[in-house]
Amino acid sequence: MSVQEIIIPPAREITTEPRRSDKVFRGVVTTGGLSSLVLLGLIALFLGYRGFEVLRQEGIGFITHSDWSISTDDAGNVMDSHFGLAAMLVGTILASLIAVVIALPVSVFCALFLNFYAPGWLKKIMVTIIDMMAAFPSILFGIWGFLVLMPSVEYWAKLLHKYLGFIPIFKMQVPVFTRSPFVAGVVLAIMIIPIITSVSREIFSQAPLDRIQAAYALGATRWAMIKAVVIPHGRSGVIGGAMLGLGRAMGETVAVFTVLNIVFQINWQMLLGAGGNVASLIILKFGDASPYEIKALMAAGLILFLLTLVVNGLANFIVKTTGKSGR
Amino acid sequence: MSAAVTVTPTKPWKASKRERLTDVAIFLVAIFTSFVIVALTPMQGKLAYFAIFFIAYALLTSIFKATQRGSAAAKDALVNSLVAIGAIVTVVPVISILATVLKKGLPGISFGLFTHDMALATPTDPLNNGGILHAITGTLTLVVIALILSVPIGILTALYLTEIKGRFTGPIRFLVQAMSGVPSIVAGLFILSAVLYPITKAYSGLMGSLALTILMIPTIARTSEEVLNLIPNELREAGTALGATQWRTVAMIVLPAAKSGLVTAIILGVARIAGETAPILLLTGGGDKVNPNAFNGPMGSLPYYIWKSFNAGSPEAITRAWAGLLVLVGLVLILFTMARYLGSRKGAK
Repeated sequence: MSVQEIIIPPAREITTEPRRSDKVFRGVVTTGGLSSLVLLGLIALFLGYRGFEVLRQEGIGFITHSDWSISTDDAGNVMDSHFGLAAMLVGTILASLIAVVIALPVSVFCALFLNFYAPGWLKKIMVTIIDMMAAFPSILFGIWGFLVLMPSVEYWAKLLHKYLGFIPIFKMQVPVFTRSPFVAGVVLAIMIIPIITSVSREIFSQAPLDRIQAAYALGATRWAMIKAVVIPHGRSGVIGGAMLGLGRAMGETVAVFTVLNIVFQINWQMLLGAGGNVASLIILKFGDASPYEIKALMAAGLILFLLTLVVNGLANFIVKTTGKSGR
Repeated sequence: MSAAVTVTPTKPWKASKRERLTDVAIFLVAIFTSFVIVALTPMQGKLAYFAIFFIAYALLTSIFKATQRGSAAAKDALVNSLVAIGAIVTVVPVISILATVLKKGLPGISFGLFTHDMALATPTDPLNNGGILHAITGTLTLVVIALILSVPIGILTALYLTEIKGRFTGPIRFLVQAMSGVPSIVAGLFILSAVLYPITKAYSGLMGSLALTILMIPTIARTSEEVLNLIPNELREAGTALGATQWRTVAMIVLPAAKSGLVTAIILGVARIAGETAPILLLTGGGDKVNPNAFNGPMGSLPYYIWKSFNAGSPEAITRAWAGLLVLVGLVLILFTMARYLGSRKGAK
């Protein structure tokens, strides 16, 4: 019997230091992840840089004045220019607000229908249809809106004017109904219904099941249950969804351009055929713009970018915070 | 000895025959009312039928329920009608859009449409002149380049959010969300100001692709993030336990497991950008003949073709626009169905 020698292994170093391959991997992925940050920064930077000259010259007037004119001499030098976005901004906000006001009730009712009323097979079909609608290109909505929807909407506008004209928002001096902010608002409403519906549906489906069943057990009707449980739970989420829709509606370009008459004058009468839209302005003026006017368009793009960024950021914040409290 | 009594199973919650009969009766009365009122008053048109039918139905059901079960039931019945109207109003535009595109686009579809370009034709020519070959190849080129650029960035962003979870997770998730709300025209203007004016100074397909890339990244990143979050953590732990580095775990285990979901994300991204119009109008120049070189010369695309034909205004041109829309919508729907199919198969597994 030999004496067994006990070999004590040397103390081992344990390290959390990642290997080189992992370091590279992490570096690459982090770089990729940061690209969205870089891109958004670059967008603001470049649009600001290009539009700086115009912004400096016009100052605050760029968003408070509403005339858009430029005159050049024969050599192409700028003689005189006035760039003001006020009419466009008012038009953008007006049309998107109309869109949200129309789309919000429809979407909320539709989301309630999908969650609490529809049988399984119908829900599946409708969710597919609504998702599909969200994937439709905007030019499709634009051309369909112009050729198919606009005649009907103008008729509705006339009805509104005739029977509800005493309400200030439906008032108008000159009865011109073609290509009004109202028409653009209806087209935009159809475009944002899928977004608001799917956000609301998501939020409603997170309503606590035990409370729903408790409400039913107490003898509540379906509406009483929705009023007592689902709506308090989903209220702020729905508001967030509506703001996401608002952001989308503000940035919409082609669909609005086809159905809106762009006039450089502030107009709050929603049925009157004279509106404005920042994004459409860019498409309208881009074709034959001089280099200096392009700079003004860049500045307009910057304003639009910041506007949608704020609205979207706020919307995402609201949706996110309610999503957490629901679970 | 007592006989065994078997209770026949019943469904007390089901509507009885009488209840169903009253429902049908109310429905018919509402339709009848709408016809009578439209016939007797100056109101007319589809809208009048629909509105009066709806109001009559909502009123009748709530009054009926009120007499039977009180005001709470009446409110419930009223909301039933409202909810149904919400669903109908949501679906009607989709059906109208699809029907219109099919009806107006089909006359413009012919074999020649897919084999010719518009180099020797203008939108107002008769329909058998020219076609959309240049637009289809152009759109494909734009999409492929945008894919090459955006897929790596999108998936890397998603990997950062799910695998690394570093310091910037919160801000990046927020910014990706914000980026998905960037108006397409702003993306176009950005490329115009940052690349086209200072560097290339000419319209080309590449410029369009760059703008589309910006629009596509958030879609891919967000959908991929959701997919990667669904991969069970046990898989990652198993990989690490077997001694794999993080890089090997992600490349050999996580990504293959999420493959079909990632493909879905990419397809949804393509569907999002295939019909983007505004940046295309600003950046590509919209050529009329087939241009295989994305780096040089104006490049046509389906949205540009549709836009140009639509603005030309003559009946032939409008038919061309609808035919182009039909092709575009067909493309988007095929992509969408593919994404759905892959997505649902992943769920079934």
